[in-house]
Amino acid sequence: MNKILKYSLYDLVRSRWMFFYFGFFLLFTLGLFWLSPDISKVAISMMNIILILVPLIATMFGLMYFYNSREFTELLLAQPIPRQHIFLGQYLGVAGSLSLSFLLGMGVPFLLYGLTASSDIGLFLTLLVSGVLLSFIFSGISFYIALKNDNRIRGFGLAILVWLLLAVAYDGFLLLGLAHFSDYPLEKYALGASLFNPIDLSRILILLKLDIAALMGFTGAVFKKFLGSNLGMIISLIVLLFWVLLPLWSIRRASLRKDF
Amino acid sequence: MIEIEQLYKRFGKNEVLKDLSLAFRQKGTISAILGPNGSGKTTLIKSILGMVLPTRGLIRAFGEDIRGRWAYRDKISYLPQIARFPENLRATELFDMVKDLRRRDARDKALIELFELEEHLQKPLAYLSGGTRQKVNLVLTFMYDNPVYILDEPTAGLDPLSIIRLKQLIRHEKEAGKIVLLTTHIMSLVEDIADEVVFLLDGHIHYRGSIPQLKADYQAPDVEQAIARLLAGEETTEKAFTLNPS
Repeated sequence: MNKILKYSLYDLVRSRWMFFYFGFFLLFTLGLFWLSPDISKVAISMMNIILILVPLIATMFGLMYFYNSREFTELLLAQPIPRQHIFLGQYLGVAGSLSLSFLLGMGVPFLLYGLTASSDIGLFLTLLVSGVLLSFIFSGISFYIALKNDNRIRGFGLAILVWLLLAVAYDGFLLLGLAHFSDYPLEKYALGASLFNPIDLSRILILLKLDIAALMGFTGAVFKKFLGSNLGMIISLIVLLFWVLLPLWSIRRASLRKDF
Repeated sequence: MIEIEQLYKRFGKNEVLKDLSLAFRQKGTISAILGPNGSGKTTLIKSILGMVLPTRGLIRAFGEDIRGRWAYRDKISYLPQIARFPENLRATELFDMVKDLRRRDARDKALIELFELEEHLQKPLAYLSGGTRQKVNLVLTFMYDNPVYILDEPTAGLDPLSIIRLKQLIRHEKEAGKIVLLTTHIMSLVEDIADEVVFLLDGHIHYRGSIPQLKADYQAPDVEQAIARLLAGEETTEKAFTLNPS
């Protein structure tokens, strides 16, 4: 698995798309700093980019990589290695290089603009952690979708649907439900519901660190009310880690049953 | 060394291999697996390599049931049909990767010389032509001295000179006592190097026999004619058609 990871990283770090992704984060963060040198303001703006864009790019890139390397995967399948190692290695390569582009692209401007001297280092680290976790979660989901669907169009369609559902529609449905049943005490249900959406969880994680209740939205406020900032952060982090493991386990399972 | 018993494979409703039994035991034999498009050649090969999982049936390689195994693949070299590699890797890195995975003495240098690949080694694989990529594919396949070679359309995209060298290489392996399985649609290649023909049709073995036997059975001067006559029982080989719109 390490060997597959090594060579897929060799391939990916030289890819044009990784370079664009890195460049985008670099220019965008630098642009925000140019507009306002206040680190915490830039961090809040970056939060929205991370929550929407990182999952989308990770999903699309994961699918592209998987479908493009189909013939190469066949070559690897004929080698004396267990097949699940091939897919886990490739998945870690994709998630790792996406995370690397993101970390460097966003980290360098923050360091240039005096992150180390500021009190916002905790917030910055929370942003980095959520971005990396979202990269792993969504490239994992995309790998699973690609393993299950040989038809590219169907694979891309499904992946976009999952992203739309989790990044955009989920909150809407949740609010709709809450408004409809507003006569009942639903805080705990809302709390439970947010566990099923990694993007929501990351948002809660960052907002709890930010400590601005007004910006938290309903689920964030509920988290804070029931669990307090620290326990809330620990729980959302643990559930996010579970979200990383879930696609990993599914990829392994699906790869053992698939025909190539 | 490779034994297949009652192999049956279905993709959804599509039955590709129907209770096929076949064995390759004789060392130093080149077997050509032939058949029309969609007759199950590639599925058969991929089943032997564990890439396609049979619906039912048994495959044994070197005496062992291959189900859930992977170590046996160290003794098999496989040439895939389509040569497409990661775009940003170089040929040398690809060779290094396979060497890293197999960890045995490789003879890639001699093969790189044979196919005159030296000048292409340091270029990203995306910039290589189709024929050159196929040569890289061939080096990857033949770089290990294995008892079994499985070649899916080995001549695809190669120039005449490279085809001659490839034939030389395959004959060399045969003389060294290897089992070579190959699929191809080029009958002259079969005539040139194969010892026997396994003809698949609709997931069954329709015919199996040595080249002289095949020619005798169908009273044909060459393999192409013999295969044409073999198929004539099933359908007419030449069809009347018009291309002009009436």
